[in-house]
Amino acid sequence: MKEISILIGGKAGDGIKEAGHTIARLLNRLGYRIFLYDEYPSLVKGGHNFNVIRGSDKKIRAHKKNLDIIVALNQETVEKHKNDLKSGGAILYDSDKVDAKGISIPFTSIVKEIKGISIMRNTAAIGAMAKSLNIEWSVVDKLIAHTIKKQTDLNLKIAQKAYDKVNKPHLSLTRLDMGPQPLLTGNQAIALGAVQGGLNMYIAYPMTPASGILHFLAGHEDDLGIVTVQPENEIAVALIALGGAYAGARTMVGTSGGGFALMTEAVSLAGEAEIPVVFVESQRAGASTGVPTYTAQGDLLFVLHAGHGDFLKLVLAPGDAEEAFHLSSLAMKLAWKYQTPAFILTDKHLSESTFSFDSGTGEEDPVEPLLWDGKGKYRRYEDKEDGISPLAFPGNSNAVVKVSSNEHNHIGFTTEDPDMVESIQKKRLRKRKGLVEELLKYEQVKVYGNKDSKTVAICWGSTKGACMEAAEELDIKMVQPLVIEPFPVEHLKKALSKAEKIVNVEVNATGQLGKILSSYRIHADHNILRFDARPFTVDSLVQQIKEVLP
Amino acid sequence: MTKINELKTDAAVTWCPGCGNFAILTSLQKILIELEEEQVVNFNNVVMASGIGCHAKIVDYMNVNSFHSIHGRVPPTISGIKLANPELTVIGHAGDGDAYGEGLAHLIFAAKRNININLIVHNNRVYGLTTGQFSPTSPAGFEGPSTPQGSPEDPLNPIELMLCAGATFVARGFSTNVKHLRVLLKAAVKHNGFSFIDVLQPCVSFFDNGDYYREHTYELADEKHDLSNLPAAMERAGEWSYGQGNRIPIGIFYQVRKPSFEERLLGSKIIVKTKPKDIGPVLAKQI
Repeated sequence: MKEISILIGGKAGDGIKEAGHTIARLLNRLGYRIFLYDEYPSLVKGGHNFNVIRGSDKKIRAHKKNLDIIVALNQETVEKHKNDLKSGGAILYDSDKVDAKGISIPFTSIVKEIKGISIMRNTAAIGAMAKSLNIEWSVVDKLIAHTIKKQTDLNLKIAQKAYDKVNKPHLSLTRLDMGPQPLLTGNQAIALGAVQGGLNMYIAYPMTPASGILHFLAGHEDDLGIVTVQPENEIAVALIALGGAYAGARTMVGTSGGGFALMTEAVSLAGEAEIPVVFVESQRAGASTGVPTYTAQGDLLFVLHAGHGDFLKLVLAPGDAEEAFHLSSLAMKLAWKYQTPAFILTDKHLSESTFSFDSGTGEEDPVEPLLWDGKGKYRRYEDKEDGISPLAFPGNSNAVVKVSSNEHNHIGFTTEDPDMVESIQKKRLRKRKGLVEELLKYEQVKVYGNKDSKTVAICWGSTKGACMEAAEELDIKMVQPLVIEPFPVEHLKKALSKAEKIVNVEVNATGQLGKILSSYRIHADHNILRFDARPFTVDSLVQQIKEVLP
Repeated sequence: MTKINELKTDAAVTWCPGCGNFAILTSLQKILIELEEEQVVNFNNVVMASGIGCHAKIVDYMNVNSFHSIHGRVPPTISGIKLANPELTVIGHAGDGDAYGEGLAHLIFAAKRNININLIVHNNRVYGLTTGQFSPTSPAGFEGPSTPQGSPEDPLNPIELMLCAGATFVARGFSTNVKHLRVLLKAAVKHNGFSFIDVLQPCVSFFDNGDYYREHTYELADEKHDLSNLPAAMERAGEWSYGQGNRIPIGIFYQVRKPSFEERLLGSKIIVKTKPKDIGPVLAKQI
């Protein structure tokens, strides 16, 4: 396997994220498959930011702790990460600001000499790094011209000067025989998947790590033919989404745990009034404000149980960019077909990491909502065997469309009649059967690694990337449920039928998937739980699994 | 006569006899018929919404599209409806606890954005359906089951609040003065922008102050009042602060034309008639 791991670090305001993404694009153009991990503290200037860019000749979904190159724009980068340098690795640093051993290039002086501004040190770093990896100048030149739209010439001069200052390459990065792929964050994949699923309007209040969806969609409104709205709070967000969906627009909202807590009354309303809305919950380390720009998988049970009362929910947990795309599209379509709220459970690690995206993974089956045929008198909650009442929207000249948070009869009028209350509740819950059957068309539980192994690691969501590589390395089986509700218990039991040892891997403190499994009488022998607000890396997880195996 | 029947439903009306909600219901039916005759509205395009409380039942008594929403959330609910389809005529109903308590932030932001929706607040200045607790517009000292010693708060003045928040149509009605109320409702629906009407109504069971309103209300239209003058509107709004004051102005305090939120956000786009585009070109840019 040909691969490389590069860490670039500096303080907030140094343009680390931009530099990290430029490095990712550079490797992408050389034919590498990419995973980029972006870590930053909750502040605007200062602190310590870093990106780990991993390139490989195989599809990857996680980063490694061990590094080939560290690019340091500040001293802290050296101090915090030097122990992760592989033997034979090198530190490339701004010799004007950083004291280290390795490839010493005066980024600051170069920028001054060419009359740039201090953030352009990141361009110098990219130039020097490219030469250190023996990448031809023409590749760097083209990329910078393509990606840096402001003061392109100045940036090119800075990059070239730094490139030329490196005497000899530290290692030689082979160009691979694969074409580049789109690079998407999990958030961007969710956004595009939703548009593929028919999204018309995205509504959100800013909250890390979900804001990337809002920014991406707001930046591409015209390209995508959609509208974005930023209202006063998450309660308004959810209600605008419900109002919009009632009027016939496909709507989605996105937030993190704290914002989602405010949306739960609307979740319940969507269930009761049978209004299709997709909720994206991008988890971050909690409880409460927690560690706001860092990751966790601590809201699984919260989302699963969000909203008072009994109603149908679809909860999907993608683990990489392709799954984020497809499940987001599917959530949109199934929410509309089954007229019920659907949830995409993501987290900082999936939402804000960048992946090579394989867009050619299969055509999607059409899933259409049931629309009213215009015959007879319209009843919004008409009693149907499968529980799905035909949809009509206000503005239809033959239909009066009445929806209600109150328990209602088939027309939508409030009722307290015991027979009607029971009957309409049954109608809503009957939709579950169809949804369960429909989901059989899709892969609900994925299996990786050695499929014959009797040792099985179970994980969900963003932990997939590290867990599947760890399983491959340890030659064990890995199982990942993609659907959390309706829980695919039969599929999971089948995947675990020959398991003698089950290891449950999650980024939370109490093993929330483990609790769900227990409720279906599936018991993990070991829980490997990480809750230091950081994701597993492949190498750290290999070690931890080894420790619990005989 | 047939027109009014078209707007009625079979649902049994469960308001207390004498409730101010009846007047709001029939006034709304009448003005909708007039506006349909004037070809300003089309019944098929009318959507009503309500929150939680006695007022909320109004949607069951009107044979038009409706969304019975939840407490305090009528402004965002109808904002979503209007954004999705600006061709709809959207009329929101809320109670005083609803609009001025639970959902106050939404009310302020609907006004701030000047979204072209109508909000009618059924303000009986008491929590009726929950048996008589004080509301945001109850007078100080109001004795209810949660404040047997009297409410320790001064009331909120929603007219002043809406004027400060940027509402472009601010009015107060009185449910017993139905002729006047109909004029307000009609002007509100015709207004392009956020229309706000605070409708004073007696709660015959928990705060029956109909006589007090009858004695103290006067119509702004009978006096010299410039609708586009904000300081003048504020002065009139301050004449009665939902507690003190002898003269209670009713009518339109303020009305100006400003671009609406959906005009600014959407231009001529109608979301429900716009299909999302192929994602291919956007994806290609990510390489």
